[in-house]
Amino acid sequence: MRTIIFILEKEFKQIFRNKIMIPIIFVVPFVQLLILVHAATFEIKNIDLLVVDNDFSSTSRQIISKFKGSPFFNLVESEFSVKKAEESLYNDKADVVLVIPSGFEKKLIKENKSDLQLLVNAINGVVAGLSNYYASAIIMSVNKDLIVEMYGVSKNSSSFKQINIEYSHWYNPQLNYKTYMVPGILVLLVTIIGLYLSGMNLVREKEVGTIEQINVTPIKKYQFIIGKLVPFWIIAMFELAFGLVLGKLLFDIPIIGNLFLVFGVAAIYLLVILGIGLFISTITENQLQAMFFAFFFTLIFILMSGLFTSVESMPKWGQFINKINPIAYFIKVMRMILLKGSGFKDIIPEISALLFYAFSILGLAIWRYRKTT
Amino acid sequence: MKNEEKVISVKNLVKKFADFTANDNLTFDVYKGEIFGFLGANGAGKTTAIRILCGLSSPTSGELNVAGFDVYKQTEKIKQNIGYMSQKFSLYEDLTVYENIKFYAGIYGLSNAQIKFKANELINKLGLQEVQNKLINSLPLGWKQKLAFSIAIIHNPKIVFLDEPTGGVDPITRRQFWELIYQAAESGITVFVTTHYMDEAEYCDRISIMVDGKIEALDTPDNLIKKYKANNMDEVFLKLARKN
Repeated sequence: MRTIIFILEKEFKQIFRNKIMIPIIFVVPFVQLLILVHAATFEIKNIDLLVVDNDFSSTSRQIISKFKGSPFFNLVESEFSVKKAEESLYNDKADVVLVIPSGFEKKLIKENKSDLQLLVNAINGVVAGLSNYYASAIIMSVNKDLIVEMYGVSKNSSSFKQINIEYSHWYNPQLNYKTYMVPGILVLLVTIIGLYLSGMNLVREKEVGTIEQINVTPIKKYQFIIGKLVPFWIIAMFELAFGLVLGKLLFDIPIIGNLFLVFGVAAIYLLVILGIGLFISTITENQLQAMFFAFFFTLIFILMSGLFTSVESMPKWGQFINKINPIAYFIKVMRMILLKGSGFKDIIPEISALLFYAFSILGLAIWRYRKTT
Repeated sequence: MKNEEKVISVKNLVKKFADFTANDNLTFDVYKGEIFGFLGANGAGKTTAIRILCGLSSPTSGELNVAGFDVYKQTEKIKQNIGYMSQKFSLYEDLTVYENIKFYAGIYGLSNAQIKFKANELINKLGLQEVQNKLINSLPLGWKQKLAFSIAIIHNPKIVFLDEPTGGVDPITRRQFWELIYQAAESGITVFVTTHYMDEAEYCDRISIMVDGKIEALDTPDNLIKKYKANNMDEVFLKLARKN
């Protein structure tokens, strides 16, 4: 125990003598929360729309003015030729092209139905899907107005039958994207701080050569690993607290569940992450290699984790990979506790999984750390 | 050196890296309290042997006993009884003189009172009072090396291994460094030192000369000079190296 205290004292002194540590601890959370929460949004605004109106009828004008009035669309240009419009699509001047063919209104009145064409730039599938959805919704509402006009029924009259779906959004009633993102970004924050700091630290001693001097002492392997783990565990826990305060002040995120539970799970989760960092340290020779491993690990596990995309829509094997993805567990738990107010009983499976990984990876790191090569 | 108590005993030590043999059948004994010099050109296998004796690297084969413990099974017991100073400077550059002393003394299990006493003794002996709260990286190399040596023996080990401790150090500091080595030997610590400065070889009680992974000669400096009909160790070394 005394040995561990000596190691801790040394580590803390070294960490805080490193001039870059204080900026890392205080600036990184700010930047991540401010930038990522705003940038990584699923909401789409300002879709650039180009209209090719070859009909010049009152109906076509009605449709165009509806698009103009929508917050999602930005009418950038009007063209007369579909070919020109296609060029604009190709040159990225427009995201969506609405083509109203000549004789549109005439056909609508005569045959009771008519066709519109919608060309959507689908390089980004999500944007394309949403543009399509918004455009269809606008056209549908025009359609409804037309029915009302043509048959002269009032919109609210009972003779106008339709199924009305009432939505009730639970746990995030305003469908606020930031509410959903902040808990996930906080996980990202402690993961990156914890993994990179611990991963770089032990391997640095290898690079400088001080590890040799440690290895000729009778220090026990577990003592050394604990000495390396605890400082970063404390720093990462502090980061989480700091990030939560920022999240509350900047985005007013709801904190419905128990904060002690949040920190309890974080405590276990950080053992996993720091264990991975230390394990990377033991299998690499220099900071560059360690950086590469850490980067590879974070990139895959973050993209798989369900931070930006939903895990449920991943293929079966992808969902299976997430069974060993600690980031996915912690993001899920954070959202459950903070947004839904889940209690200890609801997250027992996640806690058990994280505990299991914590023991495994720390065991692996201690086993792999060799005093004799 | 009339002391016959063996503190290091090596029989047929072999260390291979893939198909390269770094240590080829080394056999030698080191007696308590002597200064044992390990000489050889760069790449002769000195560092490999010293790392095996310290338990940093495992031997391919051979019987080895250090400080009364078996190198294969009791490496951790050996570590409590030895000190080591590597070729590479390896104190913490971002800690102060005092913090480095305190850390290593603490790791070796010295009590707080002992740490305080040892640290003061050491700082006074090396004349580091002025800089004891300065970071190591601000000190000149010679001071660092003397400090590293003193820290390597802070726990009063039976043996201290020094791997080219005076590389890149000026002659005056080298002289002072050897005075520290003598003091350590007088207090009963066996000194195992590698070097390629031949004048330093003459300070040793006995020396072994390694050429290409083998021990070519092992005796006192005087006997070696007589045996090879040389004027000094330099000539002995050149004669041995030229043989191959």
